[in-house]
Amino acid sequence: MVRNNMTEPTIDIRFYLNGIAFNRNAPASWTLLRFLRDALGYTGTKCGCEVGECGACTVIVDGQPVNACLILTPQIDGANIWTIEGVAAAGANELHPIQKAFLECDAAHCGFCSPGMIMSTIALFLKNSNPDDAQIKQALAGNLCRCTGYIQIIDAVRKAASKITENDLQKFVS
Amino acid sequence: MADPKPEQFKVIGSRVPRVDAIDKVTGHAKYGADYNVPGQLYGASKYSDYPHAKIIRIDTSKALALDGVRAVLTHKDIPGEKSFGAIHPHQMVLCSDKVRFFGDAVAVVAAETLEIAEEAVALITVEYEPFPVVTDPRAALESDSPQVHENGNLCFHHKVRKGDIADGFAHSDIVLEREYSTQRIEHSYIEPEAILVEPGENGGVTITGSLQNLYNIRRALSRVLNLPLNRIRLIQASLGGSFGGKDEVMSAICARGALLTLATGRPVKMVNSREDSMRESYKRHPYKLKYKVGASTDGTLQAMEITIHADAGAYSAMSPFVTWRSVVQATGPYIVPNVKTDVFAAYTNNCYTSAMRGFGSPQICFAAESLMDELAEALGLDPLELRLKNILKDNCSTATGQILSHKVSVGEALSNVTKGIEFGNIWKANRNKDNRSKIAKGIGLSCSYRGVSLGAEGTDAAGVAISIQTDGSAVVSCGLVDMGQGAATTISMVVAEELGISVDRIRFLSADTTSIPDSGPTVASRTSFMAGNAARVGAQELMKRIKPVAAEMLDCPDSSLIFSDNQIRSTIESVLDKSIFFGDLAAACFRKGISLFAHGWYKSPTTTWDEHTGQGDAYFTYVYAANLAEVEVDLVTGQVKVTRFVSSHDVGRTLNLNGAKGQIYGGVAMGLGYALLEDYAQDDGLPSLSNFDEYLLPTICDIPDIDIILIENPDSLGPFGAKSLGEPACELAAPAIVNAVANATGLRVRDLPLTLERVLLGKSLVRSGARGSTKSRSEKH
Repeated sequence: MVRNNMTEPTIDIRFYLNGIAFNRNAPASWTLLRFLRDALGYTGTKCGCEVGECGACTVIVDGQPVNACLILTPQIDGANIWTIEGVAAAGANELHPIQKAFLECDAAHCGFCSPGMIMSTIALFLKNSNPDDAQIKQALAGNLCRCTGYIQIIDAVRKAASKITENDLQKFVS
Repeated sequence: MADPKPEQFKVIGSRVPRVDAIDKVTGHAKYGADYNVPGQLYGASKYSDYPHAKIIRIDTSKALALDGVRAVLTHKDIPGEKSFGAIHPHQMVLCSDKVRFFGDAVAVVAAETLEIAEEAVALITVEYEPFPVVTDPRAALESDSPQVHENGNLCFHHKVRKGDIADGFAHSDIVLEREYSTQRIEHSYIEPEAILVEPGENGGVTITGSLQNLYNIRRALSRVLNLPLNRIRLIQASLGGSFGGKDEVMSAICARGALLTLATGRPVKMVNSREDSMRESYKRHPYKLKYKVGASTDGTLQAMEITIHADAGAYSAMSPFVTWRSVVQATGPYIVPNVKTDVFAAYTNNCYTSAMRGFGSPQICFAAESLMDELAEALGLDPLELRLKNILKDNCSTATGQILSHKVSVGEALSNVTKGIEFGNIWKANRNKDNRSKIAKGIGLSCSYRGVSLGAEGTDAAGVAISIQTDGSAVVSCGLVDMGQGAATTISMVVAEELGISVDRIRFLSADTTSIPDSGPTVASRTSFMAGNAARVGAQELMKRIKPVAAEMLDCPDSSLIFSDNQIRSTIESVLDKSIFFGDLAAACFRKGISLFAHGWYKSPTTTWDEHTGQGDAYFTYVYAANLAEVEVDLVTGQVKVTRFVSSHDVGRTLNLNGAKGQIYGGVAMGLGYALLEDYAQDDGLPSLSNFDEYLLPTICDIPDIDIILIENPDSLGPFGAKSLGEPACELAAPAIVNAVANATGLRVRDLPLTLERVLLGKSLVRSGARGSTKSRSEKH
């Protein structure tokens, strides 16, 4: 570990973010959330509570949904991370089927919880791409939404499940 | 305005995806905290250590000496007035002589990093002389109460006087007196407050962030910074929820941030943590409500006497307006010939309270609708029967003496939510204790009426700017904002309908105080109505200018033109095969020098109010609704599960079906949290919690299936007949659930929220020791 000019202990970490290899020196005390937003400029992942209760910062780490506010940068060394910015295919002017379903079902109102909701949905589909309502609710129980009352979010996840193919999910674990 | 028939609508009433949704599902939408500029400083506030104390001395020297600190400011550094407020301008930006609640700020710091700013805040020392604390709005009005403000603790007193209650009670066969209370709740927008302040032109400031009512905030800044309005530019970022919550608190934060920017010449970013947000942001008013009702044996209401004490907390904010809505609607949607209502808002040392979705109605809906069920039980009637006997009907007189000259649909809403079930029989069967196992079932009703828009609160007008581009696309902007409720989409739809273009051809701009006039606040479920009408005025003005050009191009009379799907056609036989692309028409108009820009302005009809008698036409129109809840109560744990919910609302006209349903789903969820989960409890002025680990919001697992039945009685004044929905959707869910729980358990809980203990024991057990302690004490009554 070295100290940067802010007298903050830092650490060299390697990781994949949205399929791109990164090699960075990161403040060791920073959460993944802060590192994504403040160091890398990936502001799509939202900060709502910083105690792992609201789920707005949900990202996928090695195929699992993780509250980015609850893990520190040293913990992502060697990890494969996906955030909302990587969900739609890079360069293609087309939404991912999950995003499309959220759009069509009006599941994004203020939209602040939407990135987290979508990442939790991806994590669900990685385990189970044909979930029943109880499984959908279980998978999204850690994502708070104050606008929608969740009904249109459940509709969107159902709709996405009916459209999703293995192809749409592969990259998140490769 | 003459309205086309529903089948003639091209866009209105359909399901339109939100115009801003693509950015929201891809992570591209930029919220307040997502804005950064090179060289920005980080701001942090030093909050009060006490809920009520005299400030003896503020020492900022250690904080100033810290490496990386660029400014530490106190009240002494404020160039203009030290306080602000739309009604009573006494809310302190940075406290000078005393602190009035735990979320008051005494100093603000700007530093090169967030860590340094927070360290500096910790180095500020403030010497206090603690004052006695008052936390109960009734106690606050006693003569020996600690005084929160110099002129006493009475913030406002509203009254309604109708008929003669003594006479009404004398002619009653039954008189019930009941007391209810509601809790303080947090808006719980998932996005905490966030702004980026940048130095502006001519010594001004530009602020981008989570701002609900930009013009209120700008007035506060002008006063505090001593700058003219035009040097303060506020730009709304994507707003991560607001629900009435990002107004006064944003004025305070923006003022502090702007002071830092003006002092340092640097951009300053201020982002609240959830803990800071819960500490300083205002809440929904806790109410204590006394209801006395008299009725005949057949259930006919004779009189109501209502006394309400609202906890305004440390500052007035919107309390006078919030409590005014309460006084107007306190009886519920019923014909009551004799009414005496008093609503007092009182200052205390609790967190201040102001606008929150519902705006003084969720409290009175809970009380009045609980009371109706209690009266029904006492009379041996079923709650539906009692309501139907007393509800407002066409041409009835309200408690404020207003004759309802429009279609009154509360009865229709009640019959909608009970359709297909024998409500009375189910309700009676649930009351039979022999039918109860470990799980008891309950069913409950609620209904409401609600004044649309601001009413006699104040000036009610709004504007929408429409600029048709030369390719036929359009830019629309409005001083009323989209905070997640879908206003951008709804207003775009109204413009699309009028101009005959598709919604995807419209770009809705977020509000910016330099480019669009003040349209008042985005509150009171007024946006669809007010901005919708303004959009129609603007679009119709544009049509007047472009129609003659189209007629000339198609060689047909103006009156034969049809604008639809971005094309213009004529009904005249000879030119039936001809059409013009809307973009070509726009280009032709531009070449002719015709202005393609219009600003539509709409002012609401006049309302009247006599503040001495509380009589008058309080609102220009009303909406009506009913809710039905079915619950299962676990008689061992006290857990309540809402199993089914039906919500029926008269919306006048549905503008966006997606949006309307979304408002109801979200409103019911918020009402469910109000009924069962949420409580921002304060003990002697100190909050007992600070984040979502203890402040419990409904999760996806708590929400039942919700059936929605929309009623469309087009309003003669509303845009295409539309009225309002955002707040009605939220105000009456809680009482339906509470009534269902009482039906299940036979035990009436009169205090919100219905915690496990209240459901089982009828009282709350308050933790007094450390977490995990088994020690508990009953709440004071």
